[in-house]
Amino acid sequence: MRSGIVSYGVYIPRYRIYPAEIGRVWGQDGEAMGKALGVEAKSVPAPDEDAATISVMAARRALARSSIDPKDIGAIFVGSESHPYAVKPTATIVSAAIGATPVMTGADLEFACKAGTAGFQSCLGLVNSDDEQIPIRYALAIGADTSQGAPGNALEYSASAGGVALIVGKEKVIAEVCLTMSYTTDTPDFWRREGMMYPSHAERFTGVPAYFKHVEMGARQIMDGMGTKASDYDYAVFHQPNGKFPLKISKSLGFEKEQIMAGLWTPKIGNTYSASMMMGLAGILDLAKSGDKILAVSYGSGAGSDGFHLEVTDLISEYPRSKAPLVSEAAANGIEIDYATYSKFRKKLKMEGE
Amino acid sequence: MAVARHWRNQDQRYNLAGTHCKVCGGHFFPKTSMCPTCHRRSMGKLERFQFSGNGTISSYTIIHDGMPQYSSQVPYVIAYIDLEEGDHIIGQIVDCEPSEVEIGKGVEMVFRKLSEEGRSGTIQYGFKFRLTM
Amino acid sequence: MGKLARDVAVIGVGQTRFGEHWNLTFRELGIEAGFRAMEDAGISSSRIEALYTGTMSSGLFLNQEHVSAMIAEVVGLTENQIPATRIEAAGASGGLAFHQAILDVASGLHDIVVVGGAEKMSDVVSNVATEFVASGADQAWEGLFGATMPSLFALMARKHMHDHGTTKEHLAHVAVKNHVHGAKNPLAQFQREITMDMAVNAAMVADPLGMYDCAPSSDGSASLVLCDMKTAKELSDNPIRVAGTGQGSDSLSLANREEITSMRSTVAASRRAYEMAGVGPGDIKVAEVHDSYTISEIIAIEDLGFFKKGDGGFATERGETALNSTITVNPSGGLKARGHPLGATGIAQINELVIQLRGDAGDRQVKDANIGLAHNIGGTGGTAVVNILEVV
Repeated sequence: MRSGIVSYGVYIPRYRIYPAEIGRVWGQDGEAMGKALGVEAKSVPAPDEDAATISVMAARRALARSSIDPKDIGAIFVGSESHPYAVKPTATIVSAAIGATPVMTGADLEFACKAGTAGFQSCLGLVNSDDEQIPIRYALAIGADTSQGAPGNALEYSASAGGVALIVGKEKVIAEVCLTMSYTTDTPDFWRREGMMYPSHAERFTGVPAYFKHVEMGARQIMDGMGTKASDYDYAVFHQPNGKFPLKISKSLGFEKEQIMAGLWTPKIGNTYSASMMMGLAGILDLAKSGDKILAVSYGSGAGSDGFHLEVTDLISEYPRSKAPLVSEAAANGIEIDYATYSKFRKKLKMEGE
Repeated sequence: MAVARHWRNQDQRYNLAGTHCKVCGGHFFPKTSMCPTCHRRSMGKLERFQFSGNGTISSYTIIHDGMPQYSSQVPYVIAYIDLEEGDHIIGQIVDCEPSEVEIGKGVEMVFRKLSEEGRSGTIQYGFKFRLTM
Repeated sequence: MGKLARDVAVIGVGQTRFGEHWNLTFRELGIEAGFRAMEDAGISSSRIEALYTGTMSSGLFLNQEHVSAMIAEVVGLTENQIPATRIEAAGASGGLAFHQAILDVASGLHDIVVVGGAEKMSDVVSNVATEFVASGADQAWEGLFGATMPSLFALMARKHMHDHGTTKEHLAHVAVKNHVHGAKNPLAQFQREITMDMAVNAAMVADPLGMYDCAPSSDGSASLVLCDMKTAKELSDNPIRVAGTGQGSDSLSLANREEITSMRSTVAASRRAYEMAGVGPGDIKVAEVHDSYTISEIIAIEDLGFFKKGDGGFATERGETALNSTITVNPSGGLKARGHPLGATGIAQINELVIQLRGDAGDRQVKDANIGLAHNIGGTGGTAVVNILEVV
């Protein structure tokens, strides 16, 4: 059996803000903006949530669906662009909170929205290595973010929060990774300098030369490598910075809407950044059956894409999905907040002593 | 800075790790070096015990005048919770309208930020609770 | 067991007004109460053989510890290098300082001692005071998790309401009654009455406790002179005898208790004091109980045996704790109206009993007061001290 996903867990903060409310404050037609972006609402973390708490919640849910002893997790990689510390790993917080310490390794990764899948690839490498050289049975890859768009910027309509944890191994695999390849160039379409609160982006430059080129090349090299075409896949999922880009790229790659709807979550919860494509993949695993083929391509500004060809195994039939929330359940029951509360929760207000 | 003071309680705060007394079978939180029931007989008979984090609200309050660290969460709910394995705990109930909280409702543990030592200091994490769906 | 080796009596009391003393230092507050107590006893400082001071948190509020030496110095007691001891048990610091001084004098070690209690809280802003006061509860397992001191009492209140049918109005009756009493006390912080409407509809602090359910932050000091009965009779025409004294403890954290609508520390401390005094709850005419929150008074009058469990709120509503009713509770105005400078409270309670038992309480005099009880707790009841005084 090939290595792949052994278990997965997702976490989405419960608060929601709607485009109309954001537009109300900035004098924009929020509803039209939401429609143009394909975003109905975005998740907002509570004041006591950050990428570490989200990572822990997702990791615990992945563990709840498996019988794995956390001590058998030999590596934890947390991908995020909103790690709570600039220096001090989120991965160690996760490791202590799931009981994986101390014989293990871990690190925080950053590659804009694809840091989580970069961790996924690293985990695959470790669990596939020679057991005598690197004795790691399971590894944990997490993508989690509490991303911020500058107030009034278009990004504010989509930048949301959420996390996905994938336990990776060679045993009890529910979705094998048959091929993973990346496509990487130095393309500065979106960035955040050290110490800056909000990211900057190059507006329309983020489209064709950045997202579309990298996702398309990433997808094509997987299909070339596997000798597959779009119709061979039951599901496809692409990074979703908004609700529109993934629809457009999937169409140009020849996918039908039915293949991608199970994995399209940005319209409901916004762009969860490092968790974005992984959230879609989790949504697909929530309903996938044995034998299903999945094409998954993440995208990280800067820029690169990680492509995966996955095949769901027979073990999915006995996999206890119900022991943790499905993506649809985690995304439901949002509590609507107004822009003032959102500003307070996201620490956009200058407080006494600051 | 009180880094070590927080660090040494991490397992308890992160994982709701308390103590199980092998003499009387009791479960205690926070962890204890001596069973409050068996006293000296419990010495050497205590082991780490991780609570499930499931419990029932026995009493609660909605705080409008909160601790400085919680100012952005006001009003917030603090509850006296009966843990399912025994013993009680004081914890915050998050992710709900205060009006949803009632005595007798079930809760489950979540992992949240508790405090931070200013903007340049360490962040303390640990258990909070939310209503079971 | 359960007896003092010799009789002990209070022969002098003194107190500053409680409130916001912007222009007074901790030292000055201590001097004022101390001198008044010595003046009341009619003795000079050279007769004082030992000093006990109850202070909860001068370290947090003033960044000054070791206040026993400071008080000894300012009251002019360092000349003879007398023993000066600070006692700390959060809000019970004063009551416990008194308890310790009783044991000292009863043991025969000293004949005449001064006991003081003082706190200066107004130098910090309110949310900082909230945090400091919470240090009387369990900081590691309550405070860090967001629990304030009022919130812990609110948990007790909600449970008491749930289990016994106590109402928000019952709580308000405690505050209204104590403000009626406080209006008659010239040393009280709040010498004005409040209405039920004000109390019931006040801004919430920790639901169900509103602003009028909570004692204020205060500056203040109280002091008394304690001596053995033989000396007392030489020095005073009306010494007030310590009939019984008891102390009890419980867990620091509320979560480590099976029962949160009763305080085992209070029950134990009162049982010890009653036994020593040879009296029961029915004998008490006047009581100063620890109403840091309105629910604390309701729980206290049940735990002290004045009313049966669950009846405290109803009894208050019936007016049974008002001045000159079944039992007068908090004729001074209590912590609610007299004010609550943490460490000073326990001493102020004793002073009120002494004034009542001497018959010097004026408008707020409890008729035929011959035996009184003071109840002082620390935190959420981790410490309780009960003292019973009687007319000789």
